[in-house]
Amino acid sequence: MPEYSNAHVAAIAYHLPSTELTNEQLNADFPEWSVDKIMNKVGISVRRVVAENEFTSDLAVAAAQNLFQQYNLNPADIDFLLLCTQSPDYFLPTTACLVHERLHLTPSSGAIDINQGCSGFVYGLSLAKGLIASGDATNVLLITAETYSRFLHPKDKGNRSIFGDASAAVLVTSNPIGGRINKVVLGTDGKGAKNLIVKNGAMRFPKSGDQALHEDEDGNLFNDNCLYMNGSEIFNFTIESVPDLVREILERNHLQQEEIDLFVFHQANRFMLEYLRKKIKIPAEKFLIYMEHCGNTVSSTIPIAMKHALQEKKIKAGSKVMIVGFGVGYSWGGTILQF
Amino acid sequence: MDKNHFLQSFAEQFDDTDPSTITLETHFKEMEEWSSMVALMIIAMVDEQYSKKITGADLREANTIEQLFERVSSK
Repeated sequence: MPEYSNAHVAAIAYHLPSTELTNEQLNADFPEWSVDKIMNKVGISVRRVVAENEFTSDLAVAAAQNLFQQYNLNPADIDFLLLCTQSPDYFLPTTACLVHERLHLTPSSGAIDINQGCSGFVYGLSLAKGLIASGDATNVLLITAETYSRFLHPKDKGNRSIFGDASAAVLVTSNPIGGRINKVVLGTDGKGAKNLIVKNGAMRFPKSGDQALHEDEDGNLFNDNCLYMNGSEIFNFTIESVPDLVREILERNHLQQEEIDLFVFHQANRFMLEYLRKKIKIPAEKFLIYMEHCGNTVSSTIPIAMKHALQEKKIKAGSKVMIVGFGVGYSWGGTILQF
Repeated sequence: MDKNHFLQSFAEQFDDTDPSTITLETHFKEMEEWSSMVALMIIAMVDEQYSKKITGADLREANTIEQLFERVSSK
């Protein structure tokens, strides 16, 4: 096996739904809450949310169409579609099949969903790289798309202020253009499953009739039909695991931290990112924070931030970019993209 | 760990509360400015300054700042 793959991230695009949820709107919904002050720390001004008739497949198709258009790509060249989502249109069929149809991809191409959250983009790259290394595919369309807003209780101000809906699409290709995907480091700790979960609505627990929002013993709000997050536990998981993950990515890729030109972490919230940056001793100018206009968009945060870094020429030929995803699962992963 | 230093660092996490009104006996979760965001800031402060971890259970069990200090300093 070669030391590094011949899989490259050659193109990145994204899509945000048109409906805005601004800090002013949140302030009107929760007048007792100092939205502006808190959002100043969290680093979000606006998040986008899907309309009633807008679903994950719609976001996924829009991101892919942006990708095809912006890079003048031919959909017929795609021979595999990977769609990362935790909010699929249906239990079955796989949302990737719906998206495949609407994008008019060739019938001989594969299409499958992967279910992963904030580490999902890194997982998608790892799988795309494997498909290319196996020779089974040469041009993988990787799409991340989430409509977490559908999981949120209307009175859950914390999560409504953080999460935004979005989708992103990247082309992973065997052609040597863009950023080569180097060694990927992945990890899992299912003990954290209970700390970020949508409990009801799948097979184990049906949706209940309870519409109320409750408070658990740690002061976190919950309704088991909706998304629950234990912020303190997630924060502890992050500050414990991410510094080690960064070290391991560097080791596996035989690089020193100083050799990395840009760090793109999952854009969870600005306070957490700033804390991680200082803890890992990354200079501010090498650390990307780009979420003010869209919030935490789960598996799409890294490609969205990277798109802006490319446009602003923060990523150019020769750049070594470390990407790091972490969250629900618990699940984490990272790699180096060599441009 | 110095108790007064802990108190000072704790009080620094608040923007709108007069630090002189925050004492070791303050029931911190009953403070008007207390929020899940402030909880994260306290966790970060203790990690940064003392290299110790505050869990959800610590925040749940401790009522006063002094009780939280005792839990942290015994780790």
